Amino acid sequence: MTQLSTPPAGAPAKTPASSPKRRRRGSGFGTMRRREKLLRYVLLLFALVVTVGPFVWQLSTSLKGAGENIYTATPQFIPSNPTFDNYLRVAETIPVLSYAKNSLIVAAMAVVGNAVGATLAGFALAKLHFRGRTLFLALVLGTLVLPGEVTIISQYVTVRSLGLADTLVGVALPTAVAMLNVLLMRAAFMAIPDEMDEAAVIDGASAWQRLIHVGLPNVRGMLSVITIFAFIGAWDDFLWPLIVLTDPQNYTLTVGLQYLSGAFTANPRVIAAGTMIAFIPIVIVFATLQRFFFRGVEEGAIKG
Amino acid sequence: MKTQRWFTPWLLLGPALVWLLVFNLWPAINTVVLAFTNAKPLGGGSFTGVANFERMLNDDQLVYALVNSIVYMLICLPLLLFLPLLLAVLLEKKLPGITFFRTAFYTPVIASAVVVALIWTWLLEDRGLVNGLAQQLGFLTEPLPFLSGRWLLLFSAISLTVWKGLGYYMIIYLSALGNVSRQLHEAAAVDGAGPIRRFWSVTVPGVRTTMLLVSVLVTVSALRVFTELFVLTNGTGGPGGRTMSLVMLIQMYSRGFTGHLGYASALSLVLFVITIGPMLLLLRLNRKAA
Repeated sequence: MTQLSTPPAGAPAKTPASSPKRRRRGSGFGTMRRREKLLRYVLLLFALVVTVGPFVWQLSTSLKGAGENIYTATPQFIPSNPTFDNYLRVAETIPVLSYAKNSLIVAAMAVVGNAVGATLAGFALAKLHFRGRTLFLALVLGTLVLPGEVTIISQYVTVRSLGLADTLVGVALPTAVAMLNVLLMRAAFMAIPDEMDEAAVIDGASAWQRLIHVGLPNVRGMLSVITIFAFIGAWDDFLWPLIVLTDPQNYTLTVGLQYLSGAFTANPRVIAAGTMIAFIPIVIVFATLQRFFFRGVEEGAIKG
Repeated sequence: MKTQRWFTPWLLLGPALVWLLVFNLWPAINTVVLAFTNAKPLGGGSFTGVANFERMLNDDQLVYALVNSIVYMLICLPLLLFLPLLLAVLLEKKLPGITFFRTAFYTPVIASAVVVALIWTWLLEDRGLVNGLAQQLGFLTEPLPFLSGRWLLLFSAISLTVWKGLGYYMIIYLSALGNVSRQLHEAAAVDGAGPIRRFWSVTVPGVRTTMLLVSVLVTVSALRVFTELFVLTNGTGGPGGRTMSLVMLIQMYSRGFTGHLGYASALSLVLFVITIGPMLLLLRLNRKAA
């Protein structure tokens, strides 16, 4: 995991091509290096256009005024008269601020639930001995082979019978303590050497004190990872809120966006503005926390 | 020495235990139960035996959905097996600015599928950027209707899934590439093997296990596809509902007066049957890695 999370981006730039460290990495042909480097950058830029271009095009469309032709044969990436009118139109068509607030509430519940639930359980499973631990782990692993979509209907029946259909709590509840996160936190606690813990046990520390003073300081990395993932997962989710929520007042941002596009197929500028409203916050979260992010993707990537 | 009281672990485990029972085990059991009833989205329902399964036998939409899933999987597999690996190879050398590229390539992964599908709708519509550029460059004489017609819609959704998945699998490959021996690469280069030859004879064999993992992940996610098809078809499932996926069918029966939770649960069991093989393989691969 360290390979990815520690990319010394600037460092190799300063070392000349002749440094021994560089030579080991390269193919070993001095004359090839320049051309290879150039080719690599050309390909990287091409991949950049493919992966990020569509977002830029959408942003550009969202800033084009009603007077600007968005269908021109030669695509215009820079709006001639940038305007936020389309964003106002979104707010006039759907209660976009309240949808954003709903998404935020759901995401906050997911973050708190997973942070607390997975930490407590992960600690108990990793550091305490008790009967039933193996059974619990076996059941958790057993549930992981079920894709969420398989149980989504009966999940809805459960939420409905709790009286939570068409509520934000109903949206957040089923994944508020995700079993995968319990396993990830367990792995993080298990990585703490037993000697550290034993000293605390000998000093007469209770399980609770061990969790606070020995455990938590050592699992902060994984804890940030699962909270970031919980946030993004909840913010981006579409199928589950689509099933649970019926009243348009209660929609989250993703469901509201789909609703907007149904009501407004004629104006790509407004839909573009709507998508940017959902996209930009998550990009900011991602850009700020990306260091933790890539570490997490590596540790938890295999979730299926 | 043990200061731990017997109930302490259970106090800590409490929330997770409740969630395990109420939101993981019970729904799994209840899916099977519901599949034998005629439960409705608004409540009620009684035992109807195998009626839901009999109904499946005459359900054309289910056949379309299963065929769509297979096509989806077969096209996604080779593309998502190799394209992300090429990206990872590009990112492997720590050139200046490589972190920026890595982050940028990952952006489609963190965007909501709804956002991405709406961007695709705009790109692929008759007067959108793709048709415009294709005509400009002379590839097309008139716009291709990407968003109508069963197969074009399906291919458009596949292109979206592939594009959105690139960064995800790229990161998995990137960590695997660290374990591919540099000496082997250098030896091959000294022997005069070019980059393409080295890719096939050194890199690909070096990440074999990861390729197995990626193909299982791609298979499962292709079988679970929902949002791409839902948004691109504006919730209709395409002409005659023929561009639906299995999950879209399940969702369709989950709501409204025409909904049928019993039948939706029976369809969920079909999804379970087709995904359990790859999911078990995934669990095995994971435990081996751990």
